[in-house]
Amino acid sequence: MRSVPSRSSLLMAPALVWLTALMVVPCALVLALAFFRRGIYGGIDYTFTLENFGLVFDPLYAGIFLKSARIAGTATLIAAVIGYAAAYAISAAPRRWQPVFLFFAVLPFWSNYLIRTYAWIVLLNREGLITQLLRWLGYTGEPPSMLYTEGAVIAGLVYNYLPFVILACYAPLSRLNPELAEASRDLGASAATTFRRVILPLTVPGIAAGAVFVFVLSIGNFVTPALLGGGRFQMIGNLVYDQFLTANDWPFGAALAMALIAIMLLVLMAQALAADRASGPAMQAGGGADG
Amino acid sequence: MAERPPATRRTLWLVLSLVLAFLYIPIAVLVALSFNEGGLPTAWSGFSLKWYASLANNSAILSAALNTLIVALVSTAIATLLGTLLAIGVEMRRQYGKGLEALIFAPMIIPDIVLAIALLSFFSMLNLTMGLHTIILAHVVFNLAFVCSVVRARLKTFDWSIVEASADLGACALTTFRRVTLPVIAPAVIAGALLAFTLSVDEFIIAFFTAGAGRASTTLPMQIYAMIRFGITPEINALATIVMAVSITALTLSQRLNRGMIGQ
Repeated sequence: MRSVPSRSSLLMAPALVWLTALMVVPCALVLALAFFRRGIYGGIDYTFTLENFGLVFDPLYAGIFLKSARIAGTATLIAAVIGYAAAYAISAAPRRWQPVFLFFAVLPFWSNYLIRTYAWIVLLNREGLITQLLRWLGYTGEPPSMLYTEGAVIAGLVYNYLPFVILACYAPLSRLNPELAEASRDLGASAATTFRRVILPLTVPGIAAGAVFVFVLSIGNFVTPALLGGGRFQMIGNLVYDQFLTANDWPFGAALAMALIAIMLLVLMAQALAADRASGPAMQAGGGADG
Repeated sequence: MAERPPATRRTLWLVLSLVLAFLYIPIAVLVALSFNEGGLPTAWSGFSLKWYASLANNSAILSAALNTLIVALVSTAIATLLGTLLAIGVEMRRQYGKGLEALIFAPMIIPDIVLAIALLSFFSMLNLTMGLHTIILAHVVFNLAFVCSVVRARLKTFDWSIVEASADLGACALTTFRRVTLPVIAPAVIAGALLAFTLSVDEFIIAFFTAGAGRASTTLPMQIYAMIRFGITPEINALATIVMAVSITALTLSQRLNRGMIGQ
């Protein structure tokens, strides 16, 4: 009879071969592409160069990276605050209702991303629902231009990823031992102090995990800036898209994609490190960090 | 929780209602407009199914829907098989490296646009003619990762000693799988498959980059994207309502199976 490891390898083999052939190899290929030149007619000239990575730091493109980070960061912050509040409210609801509320909070996450984004075009366009609402309230001026702005992109990102944050924050909140909050109150702490020094430190890892995921998904987003930001609005994802489908500069597009992956890995690693460090003292004292 | 002061309780209910309103009003508006006779968001001119009827006569949308169905069914079938085997293989081992964990996790977190251009570069370097088959190859990548994670969650509480017991009693590996392991993980496998199906039906960017030239292998999300870029039309509202109804049904089903599983 076969040993467990060899049987396990046999079972894993087909999937691992698939992932290697259709994810690892193509991504390695993109990494390699980034070190070549663009050919004169848009093809690839196989001479080694570091120019593409240099170009990433060109003010024009570095600016788009910064703008993407700013938009993703703002969306993440807003989603984290609203998501935490919602998760807190759900975890305070009667126990048998909690799964129901959670289900309804997460359900929109699973409907089509394009459609959820399109819904915001319907709301925000010049003759859209918000303008109608303003008119109905007696507003007579020019319709406000809300669509095709940075604000619209941020709203779209928050809307699309909020359910995910709620889910990530709910898990630690629902596991929280209510006796801890009680003990804090019995010892004379106000509700605000209890929240700040007991509840928040114990549930921060959940917020961090959710926030990192939203940031990563937002910074590399293509659809939301393309639809809600308008034709010329660019984040990194749109820039990569353009290099491959319109500018036809694959090596530079590849370098941009690799820079995106590098940012993503940095953020994930920072979160993992912070989580490792925080799991020690924060769990015991629930204070100290905010003194 | 009931001993919270009434003011706090009222605030919490208010927060919950506002958030649910924020999540559902945009979707509800689309659904309502899809039944609006005039089709315009400016005025309600009566209930009508005419936008649904006009969808049924739109051959571009129908063929895109058929393409989507083919891609989703085939990629889900392959991903369910591979993802389930992978989950069993991983969970069978008492220990595994971080590299393996990262490889399985990567498809769920890698930006769509990066996987899309990577596959485009790869397929064009191989001089592969792109079409529905290349979309399927691509969709299996992330679908199998999601199936695997759902099945693994179920296997975390699986008692492997019953597999050994079955072997000790003389059952061959296949019989053991069919009569011991499979019945335990079946709800998770089906839940994973439904999740994969939904993801595949909804996926846009990767399909867009791996579909190749021409309209022959346009999928529904690609069609929707093109329509949205073109402008707001009442037909999109009707199409959006149908697509949402399908994904939400599949997901609710998947959720039920998962919950039934926990209840056991």
